[in-house]
Formats: sequence, C-alpha cells, structure tokens
Amino acid sequence: MAAIKIRDEIRFLLNGETVALNDVTPDETLLDYLRLRRSLRGSKEGCAEGDCGACTVLVGRLSGGKLVYESVNACIRFMGSLDGCHVVTVEHLRGGAGKLHPVQQAMVDFHGSQCGFCTPGFVMSLYALWMKSPEPSDVAIEKALQGNLCRCTGYEAIVRAARAISSYGKAAKDPLAAERSKVTAKLQELRDGARVEIGVGSVRLAIPANVDDLAAILQAEPKATIVAGSTDVGLWVTKHMRDISPAVFIGNLDGLQDISEQDGAISIGAGATYTDAFALLSKRIPALGPLIDRIGGEQVRNMGTIGGNIANGSPIGDMPPPLIALGATLTLRKGKKRRTMPLEKFFIAYGKQDRQPGEFVEAVHVPLPAKGTKFAVYKITKRRDEDITAALGAFHLTLAKDGTVEKIRIAYGGMAATPKRAAAVEKALTGKPWTVETVEAALGAYATDFTPLTDMRASAEYRALAARNLLLRFFAETQAGKAPIQVSRAVAA
Amino acid sequence: MNKHATPNLQAAKIKGGVATDQRHDSAHKHVTGEAMYIDDMPEPAGTLHGCLGLSTVAHGTIRDLDVSAVRSAPGVVDVLLAGDVPGENDISPTGRHDEPVLADGKVQFFGQPIFCVIGETREAARRATRLAKVTYTELPAIIDIGELDPVSSKLVTPPLTLKRGDAAAAIARAPRRIKGQMRVGGQEHFYLEGHIAMAIPGEDQDVTVYCSTQHPSEVQHMVGHALGVPSHAVTVEIRRMGGGFGGKETQGNQFAALAAIAAKKHRRAVKIRPDRDDDMIATGKRHDFLIDYEVGFDGEGNILGVDFMFAARCGFSADLSGPVTDRALFHCDNTYFYPAVLAKSAPLYTNTVSNTAFRGFGGPQGMVGAERVIDEVAFAVGKDPLEIRKLNFYGASDDKRGGRNVTPYHQTVEDNIIHRIIAELEESSDYARRRRTIDAFNANSSVVKRGMALTPVKFGISFTATHYNQAGALVHVYTDGSVHLNHGGTEMGQGLNTKVAQVVAEEFQIDLDQVKITATTTGKVPNTSATAASSGTDLNGMAAQNGARQIKERLTDFAAEKYQVPHDQVVFLPNRVRVGNQEIAFADLVKQAYMARIQLSAAGFYKTPKIHWNRDKGEGRPFYYFAYGAACSEVSIDTLTGEYMVERTDILHETGRSLNRAIDLGQVEGGFIQGMGWLTTEELWWDDKGRLRTHAPSTYKIPLASDRPKIFNVTLANWPEAYEPTVHRSKAVGEPPFPLGMSVLHALSDAVASVADHKICPRLDAPATPERVLMAVERLKAEAKA
Repeated sequence: MAAIKIRDEIRFLLNGETVALNDVTPDETLLDYLRLRRSLRGSKEGCAEGDCGACTVLVGRLSGGKLVYESVNACIRFMGSLDGCHVVTVEHLRGGAGKLHPVQQAMVDFHGSQCGFCTPGFVMSLYALWMKSPEPSDVAIEKALQGNLCRCTGYEAIVRAARAISSYGKAAKDPLAAERSKVTAKLQELRDGARVEIGVGSVRLAIPANVDDLAAILQAEPKATIVAGSTDVGLWVTKHMRDISPAVFIGNLDGLQDISEQDGAISIGAGATYTDAFALLSKRIPALGPLIDRIGGEQVRNMGTIGGNIANGSPIGDMPPPLIALGATLTLRKGKKRRTMPLEKFFIAYGKQDRQPGEFVEAVHVPLPAKGTKFAVYKITKRRDEDITAALGAFHLTLAKDGTVEKIRIAYGGMAATPKRAAAVEKALTGKPWTVETVEAALGAYATDFTPLTDMRASAEYRALAARNLLLRFFAETQAGKAPIQVSRAVAA
Repeated sequence: MNKHATPNLQAAKIKGGVATDQRHDSAHKHVTGEAMYIDDMPEPAGTLHGCLGLSTVAHGTIRDLDVSAVRSAPGVVDVLLAGDVPGENDISPTGRHDEPVLADGKVQFFGQPIFCVIGETREAARRATRLAKVTYTELPAIIDIGELDPVSSKLVTPPLTLKRGDAAAAIARAPRRIKGQMRVGGQEHFYLEGHIAMAIPGEDQDVTVYCSTQHPSEVQHMVGHALGVPSHAVTVEIRRMGGGFGGKETQGNQFAALAAIAAKKHRRAVKIRPDRDDDMIATGKRHDFLIDYEVGFDGEGNILGVDFMFAARCGFSADLSGPVTDRALFHCDNTYFYPAVLAKSAPLYTNTVSNTAFRGFGGPQGMVGAERVIDEVAFAVGKDPLEIRKLNFYGASDDKRGGRNVTPYHQTVEDNIIHRIIAELEESSDYARRRRTIDAFNANSSVVKRGMALTPVKFGISFTATHYNQAGALVHVYTDGSVHLNHGGTEMGQGLNTKVAQVVAEEFQIDLDQVKITATTTGKVPNTSATAASSGTDLNGMAAQNGARQIKERLTDFAAEKYQVPHDQVVFLPNRVRVGNQEIAFADLVKQAYMARIQLSAAGFYKTPKIHWNRDKGEGRPFYYFAYGAACSEVSIDTLTGEYMVERTDILHETGRSLNRAIDLGQVEGGFIQGMGWLTTEELWWDDKGRLRTHAPSTYKIPLASDRPKIFNVTLANWPEAYEPTVHRSKAVGEPPFPLGMSVLHALSDAVASVADHKICPRLDAPATPERVLMAVERLKAEAKA
C-alpha cells in the first residue's frame, strides 16, 4: 500500500468561501460552528436531535462524481463529516440588491411564516426540493417537509408556497445550478485523497483516505467511534454529552457507498444513505419504498445510513426486520479479513452485537424476493411520518403450488430487545394451507415469540395486539391483490 | 437599504389600512433568517451561560447537595443555589409563594430546578451540571390524578362552582340519565424557539433582561422580587418570540430571574437557554383533565340538566391553574344551553411540573366535556350527534322556546351566530350526502372504516381577571411624518404588530410602511397584561388607536386654528390632510405642528367596557363577547392497528370584520392543526417515577405537513361583524380556532362507533392515539358481541 498522505485540516466550501479548519473537535456540530464561530445565525436550534428541522442547511457533495445538494440537520452534523463538501446556509440565498430568492418570496407572499423561527429551515428544505423537482406533487412536498416542524401555520400556507415557487423563478437558473461545474471542480480539488487527522490526546478525529485506510485506522484504534450519518451518534453528543473521541468519519468514503445488484441480490455499502439506496431498493423491492419514506425526515434520510441502522443494534431500527425477513447477510471487516453472517445473527442482545473491536460493517446483501413470493413490511407509529417505531413487522411468504406455506420468514422490531424473528409463529404457519383459519390459529404463537414492553410509544398490550393484527393484514393483502387494506395518504379520486 | 418610500399624495386609499390582507411585518426577515430572536443577538463580550440542574426525584427532601465537582469543572464560574437568590426565592405569578426560583431543601417534581451552573460557555455549563451529587429522602409522590378524590384531595388553588337552576333535581326528573368519565390529555407547547433569557447588568441596581416572554411586565416584577430591587430597576424587552402559545406567559420567569441574579452578581451578561429536553421537562404544559359528567335528557335528546366535575392535574404549584380551571368551567357549555347545570372544578396538587397557560386556557378542555355529553345523548337516543348539537344550541334571539340564552355563569349570550355558521358549513361540507356515502363505504369495508363529525365552537373573549383587560400604547409622530409605534402586546407570530400598525395607519390615514413597530419593552409601556386570552389586538389595537387619536386631535386643533377653518373641515385623507380647500401632505402638517410646538407623542390607553365577574357567586359578565366557528372532519381508521388519516376538513370560522384576513386565516388553519394534534398524536407520558418520558420531538409528536387533512377547506365568514364596538368591529382569533380540532376526535369516535353499528358510545378519550383508537375498537366489538 502506498504511503497515505496525511492532512491536519478539513477543507470545505461555506456558501461562497473556501474554509480550512485545523481546530475542529470530533463533536463540534455544524450548527454550533455556524452560529457560534461564524455568527451565521439564520439557522436555528430547535431540538438538537434532528427532528424539528429549524437548523436545516444544504450540503453539496460529490456522489459518483456528480454534485448533489441535500438538506441536512446542522444540529447533529459533525464538522468532521464535511471535508470536501459545500455547505449552503439560508444566508446564501438572497440575490443581488436584497432581492428575495424565489423560495423566500413565495413563502412571504403565501404567508408561510408566523413566528418565523422554523422558517429558515423550511426555506432550505423547500429549496432542496425545488432544485430536484421544480414542480413537485403534494406528496413530494409533504415528503420533503417530513423533517420540518412548524407549530404556528398548520403547514397549509407553506404547502401553498411550495406549489408556487416555480412561478417566481427557474430552478435551472438558480445560482447553485449555474455554478454547478465550478463548485464540482472546486470540491474535486479539495478531495486530495489524503487522510485527515486532527487533534491530540483525548480529542481526536480522523477521516480515512479510503476503505483500506479505514480498516487500518480501526485496527490501530479499535475503540474509535465510527461515525457515518451521525443521526444517532449526533444525539450521543448533543443529548448525552458522550465523549466520542477518537471519532472516525466514514460518510464520504466512496468505497463504502456502492449500491449494486448482482446475482439476485442487492449489496448496499455501509456508508450509503437511505436516500442513496432508495431508488434501487424501492424499484426492486417495492415494499421497502414506503417504509424508507417513513424513516426520519428527509434530512435524516439524507444523512443516515442503512449500515448505521444495522450497526447500532437498536431494537427499533426500521431496516433490520425487513432485511432479516428477506434473508439478508452482513459483511464485516477487520483489517483485511472479512466475514459474512446472516443479519439476524448479528444481534445478540440489547446493546450487544457480534462486532469485534476494530471491526466494521462493510456491506449488507439483500436477496431479492423470488418471483411469486409475497413480501410486506408494516410500521406502526403514533404519528405516521418521522416517528420512531412502536412495532414493525416484516413478512416474506413463499407458497407451495398446493397453496400451503412452503416458507415464511417473519421479523419484528419494537417487540423485543433486538430485531427478532417470530419463530413460533413461522412454525405454526409452515406447511399449513394459507387460510384465515391457519393464520388465526397461529396468532397464539405470538405470546411464545414476544413479550413486549410498555413505554412512551405504546403499551405492551397494544404492541402485542397490533403485532398479531399485522399478520391478519398481511394475510388479507395477499388475498386482495394489489390494493393495500390500510389507511393511505393518497387522495381518493 | 430600502429608500424611504414616498407616500402617494393622490391615493384614494392608503396602503395597508384595516380590513386588508397584509403580510406579517417580519415575513421577509423570517425567510432570510435575518429576524433576530434572543439567541441571535450579538452577546456582549464576556457573556456567561447558565444551565439548570434538575431534580431526579418527583418528591423528596434534599439530604445533600454536593456541587463541589461542578464548581471545579473547567469553565465553571459559579453555581447558584437557593441561598444565592438575593431577594425573594419565589416566582409564583399569583403571589402564592409556592414556586421557588430554585428548590430550597425540598423538591416537588422530577425536573424541578435545584441549582444553576454559570459557565464561560453553554457547553461548559451543561457538562458541569451533570457532575452534581444530590441525595434525596424520597417522599410519596402523586403523579396521576386518576386515583384522587376531587373533593377531598389537596388543591393548589381554590376551586370554582358554577350553578344555575337545580341540576340534581333536573337530572333526577329527566326521563333518561347517563353518567360517565372522560380523560383528556395535556399538551406541550412546543414553541420552536425554546425559553431563553439574556440579562445585561447596568449601573446601580439596574438590569436589562431580554426574555422570550408573552408577559414582560410580569418578568419585570419577578426579576425585581428575586433581586430585591424596585421594578424601576428592571427593564424587560422582547422583539419577537419563536412561538408562545401560552407557554411563555409565566414560564419565562425562572430563566429571566436566574440570568438577572447571575448577571448582577458577576457584573457580566448572562444568557440561559435550556436544551429542548430541559425546557420540556422543567416548564409547564396544558392541564390534563378527568371530567366526570352526568346528564339528564329526554327521548328527543333535549338536555335537561348537567352535572360536571372538572379535575385537573395542576402540578406542584398554582401558577395559572386557578383561572385555567375556571375557564374550563366557563366553556363546559360550548354552544349549548343547559336548563340546569352544576359545574365544579378541582385544581389538584400533583408532583409533576406546574401546568400553565396554553392556547384556550382550559376552555378547550371544558368544551371537550360538553361534546362528550352531546355524544352520550346522541348514542342514547340513536341520532346523529349533529342533530343533538343543533337541538341544544343556545337560542337565537328569535328562539320560540324563549330565552335559552343564559350561560352557567349567568351571562346572557347576546351575539349568538352559531345557527347560521352551522347551517352554512353543513351545506358547504355536503354533510348529509357524505354521511350516506360513509355509511355505504363502511358497509363494504371490513378493516378500514370512515367517520365524520361536525363540531361547533363558541369561545369567550376577555381575561376573566377583569383588571387584566387594559392596555397601553405609545405613539410618536416624527417630524418627517413617520410613526413609531409601541404597545404592551408581544409578537409571537400571531401578527399582532401587523394588525396594530394597520389600525394606526388607518387612524392617521398614512401608508402602513410609514408605521414602524418596535420591540415591546417595559420602559415604554408600563404595567401591561400578558399577551394572552386572544386579547392582543382587541386591547392593544384600541390603545394604539387611542394614542393616534390624541395626536390626531391635536393636529386637527392646530390645523383648524392655523388655517382658520372649523374642525370638521380638517379631514385626514390618504397620506394628506384636507384643511378647508387645500390639501397638505401629512408629513408637512406634522412639520408645521412641530414648529408650532404641538406635542406629537401620546400614550394611548384602553380598558374593556361592560365586563365584571363575581367569582364567589359564580355570576357576572366575564366576557365582552363570544367568537364562533365550526369544523367538519372526516377520517378513516384502520381497525387492525388503530392508525388513521384525516381525509377532509371543512372549517367556517368568524373573526367579525377581520382586520387582516390573511393573518386570521393563518391563525385558523394553525389553530385547528394544533388542536387536532392535542387530541390525536400529542401524548405526554410519565413513568412511574414521575419522569416525563416524552420530552423531545423524537418522543412527543406534534402534527406534520403530512398530518394535515388531505382536503382542507378553510373559510372565514364574510358576513359577521362584532356585536360590540371592538376595534373596527373585528374579533379575536388566537384561541377560538383551536377547539375546531375537536371535529377530528369526534370523527374518529364516529368511525370507531361504526364497528358496533353506531349503537354504543365509543367514549374515546384524548389524545386519541392509534393505540386508543384500536383499544376503543376492540372494546366496542367486545361489547357488541356481549
């Protein structure tokens, strides 16, 4: 391996300026940097946990050589993750002579602000949407705003503004669009292939040069905190003030972001975000599309990774149950050694995963459901969008020619200390005719598989009942053809 | 930046007068991020930062408070304890001395502030706070009110009884009777900008406090008490809040007092901005209630008598629980006439955070009780609840049954327009046809069920504490004709400043951009009331109008004398004044008046007429007038999971002759969604230790854009005008739309009822989370089978 160049500063673009910083700490957030160090106080802190969106800014990054701008939560985004990126804040939007940006003018004209505190965040989320989709549908608007809370307007005025933005200007003529090639070149120049190391002693961070370098760093620093999207680690810092040094930032590693289909399976690199993976996953495994749409808000999906959702081992992570039901496998790497295991084996107990010190999740491999099999995943929450799972069930059914259950894999989140297979229910169904009688007879087995808890999201009683009912829903939907038997956001004709 | 606009001297109408749609005065600053909130202000050099140390038990005595590790932590300047409060260690807004700034020896809820770390940075203060070692002797804690007897349990403030007629006798005589209980949850304000205060020490005893508060005068008094200095030493200023909703009526006192104490002690500016979690744990919320009711009625569904007990979880101190629980009783009638009524409140002491004001101030909880009673009667007699609602409305002036217009507090309803509102909404929402469509849908859909409800709102306007119904304003006209406007109201997003400026522009007949609204400060307008009770525009608009009129009169006198014309020949036209046969630009007349030494500044004042209230007797006229509205919502529910969706909502609401329909519409839309959130997904959840576990947006779920009704038709009625001579005959709009959200709760209830063929009242409690909806479905299915 060639000697790796080491740099002791991060370099990024902030609005129109190139910034080099050699004094960032592993836990310094972008929002604190903007507000405290730069007095850019248009971005607000509403929750410091990535839920309210008042801090929303755009981060432009090179993805496969192409510059993409995405909305992110500056409150839980660490400075160490911004090397080679373009940060765009609300202060950058206003045109010459104080002219408002089309997004801003629409928000003014349609009375989209009342107290105004959430407004810069909404403006940035709408800006990101408008660049991608200048004439968005209402569903697209709602999706883009899932990560933005407004307590005053009831959103109606904001949605009216969102529909009208393109009547105030052309997205193609927007300054960020016009300067795209210039910024791309600049970011390419900043990405010099070096490893970044900043800090000494107990306050250190590293940004590996590539995946091999990551493996090397982790071997040297087996206790390092691996930070990908920081949608979870961010809260360790902002809420729990945990020490994450030394932190290793892997979000920008090209080699961890591959999403590809090969031999009937989709491989997702551990650094790929929900947004990155959405297109292929939702196309090839359609049931996953609506699920991903309900994970966090847009900003969280733009930052958070599927690898992180697995690696942090949460019992209420949304991706493990469907991936377990699909029979996914996980590849871990330590140094040069790799091992692959069924995903469900990774989760040992609450807070305990089968990952050794110095080892990291490299990729997850998701077999496509075979033709004729039925796959569904259902997430139950208090609030439909941007809420953490109370219970989530995933079902993957293979019927034999005679209509009996040849194989069924059922996995749940929120029902146990880890994402967990419903082994007893599976057993009660396997080999039986796929009928309502079989399904109802199998419901009793849930008590064998799960003893859910009561907490602020749901009572044990509700979890147990809803979990059973999800099997009834799955059964009904396998009978009914394509129409889901659920409430839906689609407006009836 | 902007060239000063030149007024059009030929205009037929001014730009931005009353009854015109104007954007929020700060809209362009909101969207650019230039609107400054307190945390955005440049800090003076050397500013220190505070962080509260909170109790970790719900009730107990502090055996040992060891903050030595905190003091020696890096960047820590000081740790304030109860003993460091130089004046009175109390911030009880009603003078009950039951709410210490910092707990002194005893803690009464999980999350009560015990100490305050002052650090060089916010980060340093936050980190050090965790190093404190506090040991407690725990005492039995009352967390929930479910097991409390509302009559014999400890109260935080005296209860109220409203009584008209003999309810017990009427219920006993009634052909039919039903008794029941309803639980309605509390609500976190979730203002996007959390609490914050920054205190800057001055000379002598002086201190200036920038505080995100709806009640600068009260903050001034509390800071004065805590410091032990006169009110004149304390100036409190607020340009804007990032949302208030009642959560900043009294709850800012704590942060302001601590910042001021530390600032005076250390002679440095001190800022305290709690983290969202601390804000939600340590500050009060909407009161949750247990409502016991008994209703007597006839076979048609006419209510004959009602008996209510409204028990509220108030928390450990009175705060505003007295007037909040009073207002619940004032609204236990909603739009309905009770021939005989007995309503009592029980403001219960609990070891939880002290609950406080929240948009509606107990009124919505009272109305929810009324609507539950309507539902019970409707199911009992087998009619559509809407029919029962209409049957029991307060009588219009031409009601053949006579009278039927006296409230439980003996105020006559003189301005009732609910009949027309309901009739128009029933028509525009296509209620009857959709009712049939829904029945047909449900007959063919076994899992997903639809439901619909149309619910009315009548909301009483005025502070029930009569003395709060006063306001002041300060109006300066400068020699260039521009106007500096200040009043006692605070801007929290509701557009108050815009509306008051419109009133002043209208009065002077000058374009709105000639009127500059300035930050609310106790130094300009003293002894103000909280911006609350929907009163902001009514009170401050009138006070500002009064101020402008004083100056106008002086200008008229001056012009009449100077130009030797009768007073009635001095007429204020758009941006100019006609004096006899000539027209003089407003600015020119002002300049001439100045040269003639005419005073161009005035303090305006207003007090609401007619109102009075005798709390001991439970009689009077607490409200100047009522505001009306109604909403019709349709939902679909999933009977396997309890998940639901609001399919459509139609609203018809009135704000009299609106000063600004654009702003009023925003209040109605926003109020509805907030009310819907309260009754659906917003759930406060305490564990058995009394620890609030829903203390951040990750666990406490306010509505999102995707929770809006899929079809959302909101109309401001264009025909009403205030029955009383309010400011330009407009009506208050802050709180009245909030209870429109009840239509969603009742639509959910209607959908649940369909699983038992609408024969059983679902008694769906609030918040109607998917869990409560599913459990209600299960209960009804089981009861229907039995």
